[in-house]
Amino acid sequence: MRIKFHQSLDELKQRLLVMAGMAEQAIQRATEAYTTHELSTVELVLLAEPAINRLEREIDEIAVDLLAMEQPMAVDLRFILSVIRINSDLERVGDQAVNIARRVREMQDHPHVDLPVDIPRLASLAAAMVRKALQAFIEGNVEMAREVLTLDDQVDEMNSQAFNSLSALIREKPEATSQALSTLIISRNLERVGDHATNIAEDVIFWVSGNDVRHHASLEK
Amino acid sequence: MGVDIKVEDLNAWYGTVHTLKGVSLHIPANQVTALIGPSGCGKSTFVRCLNRMHETSRGARVEGSVHVGGEDIYSGISPVEVRRKVGMVFQRPNPFPTMSIYENVASGVRLNGSPPKAELDTLVEQCLRNAALWDEVKDVYRKRSGAGISGGQQQRLCIARALAVDPEVLLMDEPASALDPISTGKIEDLIFELKTQYTIVIVTHNMQQAARVAEKTGFFLMGNLVEFDATQKIFTAPSDKRTEDYITGRFG
Repeated sequence: MRIKFHQSLDELKQRLLVMAGMAEQAIQRATEAYTTHELSTVELVLLAEPAINRLEREIDEIAVDLLAMEQPMAVDLRFILSVIRINSDLERVGDQAVNIARRVREMQDHPHVDLPVDIPRLASLAAAMVRKALQAFIEGNVEMAREVLTLDDQVDEMNSQAFNSLSALIREKPEATSQALSTLIISRNLERVGDHATNIAEDVIFWVSGNDVRHHASLEK
Repeated sequence: MGVDIKVEDLNAWYGTVHTLKGVSLHIPANQVTALIGPSGCGKSTFVRCLNRMHETSRGARVEGSVHVGGEDIYSGISPVEVRRKVGMVFQRPNPFPTMSIYENVASGVRLNGSPPKAELDTLVEQCLRNAALWDEVKDVYRKRSGAGISGGQQQRLCIARALAVDPEVLLMDEPASALDPISTGKIEDLIFELKTQYTIVIVTHNMQQAARVAEKTGFFLMGNLVEFDATQKIFTAPSDKRTEDYITGRFG
């Protein structure tokens, strides 16, 4: 019955969930830093990054060992391949959090400007996508994963609106250019977080159903 | 060239034990088809029905139809002729120990008549070459006993012997299960070469081997053919939960 192998798969899943928790926390803290302008929160995000990177390597190592030693097939093979990809996406979510935190720190050097974008709302939506994708992973729930895919359009739309309104602001108030550009980049970072959540959801669908729905392929299945 | 095999509603019994239950499938020509499943699932019985070996067991019975290259092998054709068209290689290499390597290969041909010596020499060499054994035995094959070579070489000798009667289909019942990894690799390479000329059906317990060598794979369970599909599909995303549970080691 390959008891040891199945225990190893459970352990791999638990490790990935730890990684997920760290990546989620990094995004929450980065958003909080943007809202509160607290540099100590920025530092927390930056300090957490090495641990996320280390865990990414550990998870990959376990996954590669299982591929080599156990030669998994079917749902087990799809699970391990999905874990490898989700692991990479979570690490990149962590990177986006770091990018946001660094940008927030730079913004402290410039006078405050009222900006016509709702970054906390965009961050909340992107974080909700990540959370939902991970819940779909925990439950092996294809329907929930598909719901994540539909949310990505909203995040893209909000990022696009942010681009338009911040571009207009730069034309009208050149003195706000620096703050506007930083916010534009943060908006873009959050849009990328949404893309990673989409990737995670697609991997959940692949793991559970065997359908590869990346790049809008086979979505009808 | 290989031919296709069409099996319809095949049932087999050993006495009162119903070991194959209404199996239907189409085995394509010049491809390797692997049959997998737990012990006692009926996969070996199935291949033994493809060359009428099953009926040689006491109390065994078969119903249904098997067409090899369009010909119904259960009507109007002798079992001996069927076994010439459909060769078989077994789990344990079984060369005739009292015969030389040469005589082993020539034995089946001699049963069907006595070709001129020069013709037989050419045929034996060609079969040993096709079985990827020639280079290893060319200096000793006329004298050394068929049992005097390694297990892996013996298995390739059995394949050469099966090829000598010019079959259209080659059945292999766990042909590498008694061999070391190097010999197994040679048998698998050989299967890859042979499928250009023959239709190959292989029974294996080694799922990695099925995944490596076969274009199509069938999963048997308790006498039923549960799933038959492209090998890539079976091993990455099988349609039936029972197939998935078996190949991922959740039972069996």
